[in-house]
Amino acid sequence: MSETSSPRIVIVGAGPAGIRAAATLVEAGLHPVVIDEGQRAGGQIYRRPPAGFVRTSEELYGSEAAKARALHALFDRLAEEGRLTHCAGSSVIAAHEGRLHVLGEGDVEVIGYDRLILATGASDRVAPVPGWQNGGVYSLGAAQIALKAQGVALGRRIVLVGSGPLLTLVGAQLVKAGANVAAVLDTSPWRQQMRGFWGLAASPVVALRGLALRARLGGRYYAGATLERIEADASGVSAARWRDAGGREHLTPCDMIGMGWHLRAETHLADLTGCAFTYDEQWRQWLPMTDEMGRAGDGVYLAGDGVRLLGADGAEIAGRLAAAACLSDLGRPTSCVRADLRKLARLERFARGLACAFPWPAAMVRALPDEAIVCRCENVTAGAVREGANFGGGEANRVKSLSRVGMGRCQGRYCQLAAVELVAAQGGCTPDAVGRFRGQAPVRPAPIGAFLREG
Amino acid sequence: MITAGRIVRLAERDRAQVQFFLDGEMRHALTGDTVLTAMLASESALRNSEFGPELRAGFCLMGACQDCWVWQEEGPRLRACSTPATEGMRLRTTPPESWP
Repeated sequence: MSETSSPRIVIVGAGPAGIRAAATLVEAGLHPVVIDEGQRAGGQIYRRPPAGFVRTSEELYGSEAAKARALHALFDRLAEEGRLTHCAGSSVIAAHEGRLHVLGEGDVEVIGYDRLILATGASDRVAPVPGWQNGGVYSLGAAQIALKAQGVALGRRIVLVGSGPLLTLVGAQLVKAGANVAAVLDTSPWRQQMRGFWGLAASPVVALRGLALRARLGGRYYAGATLERIEADASGVSAARWRDAGGREHLTPCDMIGMGWHLRAETHLADLTGCAFTYDEQWRQWLPMTDEMGRAGDGVYLAGDGVRLLGADGAEIAGRLAAAACLSDLGRPTSCVRADLRKLARLERFARGLACAFPWPAAMVRALPDEAIVCRCENVTAGAVREGANFGGGEANRVKSLSRVGMGRCQGRYCQLAAVELVAAQGGCTPDAVGRFRGQAPVRPAPIGAFLREG
Repeated sequence: MITAGRIVRLAERDRAQVQFFLDGEMRHALTGDTVLTAMLASESALRNSEFGPELRAGFCLMGACQDCWVWQEEGPRLRACSTPATEGMRLRTTPPESWP
């Protein structure tokens, strides 16, 4: 059997989960192929600037510098020693019957696998706000990437809005780097944040670090704020119109807005490989189903924020576990995983605390005026989505066909959750009942020429 | 360092310059800049929206949202957030005239 002699194992993603999975397989004597969109391994949270940049890892990653350095060094060593194959700057755009279609420098290559570990991570969970289609509105992750990987702020005067750990972290990082941050608007009120307390107590050090970062924001931080509208002029964003917790109106001039409500798992490839999904009430999104090790069935394993939103530490553990599951399914010896499973359970408790303290702004989305844009790709409005629901009923994919919401170039990554929220409100049902947009290949835009050259 | 465009360079300012062309005009960027950074060092946005009157300047910076595709003079588009700016690149904020 070819599978027992030299199984072809492919890992998608070279963030904390993908790197740990790869290292675990290499330790067991296997040679995985790691496909990653980044030019250098690290993922988003431990993203590295291009060669020639000079800031230290302490400046780039703060309290997480040692973890970032360890992961980067580990991966680089394994790649240099030829113990894994690193396909950098490459996107898996389709997966079907044990084969991945990989878009690299202009060409699509087909890579077969016996076992597949998906460590695709997460991106910002964003919610539409009237005016958010204007240039100068970015995700919080974008603001962080610009600072980390390019050393720049994306505007001269910045307002951040959303909720979750990244809101505070990005705000504090920008302030420290010398950016002009005018306001940080947390849509979660204090009393809601306190509800997550017991979960957050599962990782007291991390929780306290978060509070210390928030202290750096000083008077810029407002809990329980509502961003009502993003004003724009000919050159893009010009001001944020918002209300504080007491209901007072504010107009804050700014040329950049960063937004994000925690994270949204990147699940397109899990979908294409046939994973089952379940709606997670607390995270308010559909997540792929796996066992505690990350087994999704059919030789597919999932690890990291693409399946459970536990952050970078959780991703490292999940990467090890998924690789261990893969090894054990191949009949190879694995080390004991009990301690890792225990740590993961504690991180899960903490993450549930975060989800409770910094929730998805369902009421804000449901209150969107009809003319507000929900899909930034094709400027599909809230009104069009509601009309689709009235006409076609409360089913996600029918509303998608009728209104084109979720059919743009991002393939619903940034509008799906808001669209489903609107459809649920219109149909008087829960987002769970509305369903989710089906994933479609290619999951990244690919030039037609890339396919022509394939044969 | 405040630039003529949208971005403010907060760190990593001592890099060699690269020259590129935007809508036929010569512009300067720094080695290691992405196309997005390079363009936004002298502009407030990257392109016009195909579906509305507003300008677009990128959104996610991690290759997921596809908001930052810009045109090149020779035809093919590129994703500005994940493409390094290189010497002599010829970029456009609008489609080439020959585009159907």
